[in-house]
Amino acid sequence: MPDLGPHVVPVLAAYCISLVLLFGLVGASVLRARRVKRALDRAEGRSEDG
Amino acid sequence: MSFWEFANPRKFMAWTAPVLPWVSALAALALSVGLVWGFFFTPNDFRQGATVKIIYLHVPAAMMAINAWVMMLVASLIWLVRRHHVSALAARAAAPVGLVFTAMALLTGAIWGQPTWGTWWVWDPRLTSFFILFLFYLGYVALWQAIEDPDTAADLTSVLCLVGSVFAVLSRYAALFWNQGLHQGASLSLDKEENVADVFYIPLLFAIAGFVLVFVALVLVRTRTEIRARRLHALAMRERMANA
Repeated sequence: MPDLGPHVVPVLAAYCISLVLLFGLVGASVLRARRVKRALDRAEGRSEDG
Repeated sequence: MSFWEFANPRKFMAWTAPVLPWVSALAALALSVGLVWGFFFTPNDFRQGATVKIIYLHVPAAMMAINAWVMMLVASLIWLVRRHHVSALAARAAAPVGLVFTAMALLTGAIWGQPTWGTWWVWDPRLTSFFILFLFYLGYVALWQAIEDPDTAADLTSVLCLVGSVFAVLSRYAALFWNQGLHQGASLSLDKEENVADVFYIPLLFAIAGFVLVFVALVLVRTRTEIRARRLHALAMRERMANA
């Protein structure tokens, strides 16, 4: 861990908030991509059967 | 083959499928190198102390907040002029990414501002125009959600994007236009005297490359999702009409 001196709270807060936002965005994008792909696969399957 | 054929939904899905894993891997690599190098292996600044390490988040996030809007502007103009559906969907896909980068830039800026300027926030030209850009992002995302007809939504959000571009430009050049306020000018400059010191510069370049690649990867993922969602919607409508 580097020596952050008196600025340990602001520096760590900036990194934590940014990483939470970034991973949250990536996670939400990937989850929605998977959900929509599954739903489309099901709908195309029904469409071919019908 | 014409350049515009890449914007055909089927072609877009075909060429982005093999590209996406490479872009994602490069994004993870560049971002990890930039942030780990910047956080662990760069010295503290003689004036700002350890808060200088926030530069590896704040500068790339702020740059990409503005660049994302510029990308949305280009995609919106292509939609308005050529009516390419993929361009409208790409603009829609980029908006939440730009929104998060803008929020990240505002929050890290406030956290950095407190120990440096003695205040979390001032209504200076750059900060104010950046905050208005954030509100435009919120409005843009909300407008897409609010309108059911996708073509009408694409038209109206494109117009909103054109108007919001004024604030995207202002937030980049506000410090030059008004030459006042607490926020300094650009951190990166071709002038060696004005540019950040080399010891901070190289990891910052990696962090910027990481943010650019994260943006590209997320826009590709989200555009592919929007294309699938539109096809899903069309199939659902067809099923509903067949059952009626």
